[in-house]
Amino acid sequence: MATKLLEKINKANLRKDELPRIKIGDNVKVSVRIKEGGKERIQVFSGVVIARKGGGATETITVRRVSFGEGMERVFPLHSPSIAKIVVESSSQVRRAKLYFLRERSGKVARLKMADA
Amino acid sequence: MQGIIGKKVGMTSIFDEQGRQVPVTVLECGPCMVLQHKTIARDGYEAVQLAFEDCREQRMNKPELGVFKKAGLAPKRRRFEMKLEAGDSPKPGDLITVSMFEKVAFVDVSAYSKGKGFQGVVRRHGMRGGPITHGGHSKRRIGSIGCRELPGRIHKNKRMPGQMGNTRITQQNLQIVKVMPEDNVLLVRGAVAGSAGGIVLVRKSVKKGAKE
Repeated sequence: MATKLLEKINKANLRKDELPRIKIGDNVKVSVRIKEGGKERIQVFSGVVIARKGGGATETITVRRVSFGEGMERVFPLHSPSIAKIVVESSSQVRRAKLYFLRERSGKVARLKMADA
Repeated sequence: MQGIIGKKVGMTSIFDEQGRQVPVTVLECGPCMVLQHKTIARDGYEAVQLAFEDCREQRMNKPELGVFKKAGLAPKRRRFEMKLEAGDSPKPGDLITVSMFEKVAFVDVSAYSKGKGFQGVVRRHGMRGGPITHGGHSKRRIGSIGCRELPGRIHKNKRMPGQMGNTRITQQNLQIVKVMPEDNVLLVRGAVAGSAGGIVLVRKSVKKGAKE
């Protein structure tokens, strides 16, 4: 009974539209709705998915990018209504579920091997 | 009515209108029955007794059962008294549901916290303890507990080892995120004391008023 209630609440929080299948190591473009002074615009954050956490309505992905030599990571709740869409640009061949080792690398060694198409 | 009896279901998070993720505790509240109306004339104080959760008849003793018989209700396991608000005139058998919180913004929630057993001062009171290395002999000890001849005794309420948890905790000013009358569910922002399945008392906040 108790878990059914939780499931019901979580289900109501799932997003209505489908997201593409996102894998670890994918290069993605995340479009985020941002409200500024009553106006809404869309900001795009592109980078590589280095982690995926949680399940159901609380599932998140961590996207890492390097801009102007500075590493930057953002955590996106996949079911948040402020995420307009996610586009997978390319996939990489990776062997682990969390790519935290990328944080210690920069430049050429930080590249991932492209997945076979 | 001042409040309602409920059960902690668990925690999750939902998204609000701005798309922000809000941590919520799911409380299954009521429906509660009015069991008794205590009056100044008969009992010396004004209150209403609420009953929650059905139970078998043989779980009750005879005086308890008599109270339910008198009110014409099936036996219920949990019974708590609530204060009355102006204009309330409860009758035994009245149904109290979670929809009473639809015009309420903040609540106080009372529950029994999870028991942690007999704990030392480091865990129970957050004391730092003594040095672990360099030959420390008071690693997790309390240290000094007072002075010498003056005052010649240990101050009252000196923090010492002892039972931690399993006490009644009231958290005030918890924001109501959502009321779901069809499921008898109340979503409250943040955490509530106690384990999932524990009994909670949800009352209107004494410090923060109703929605404008």
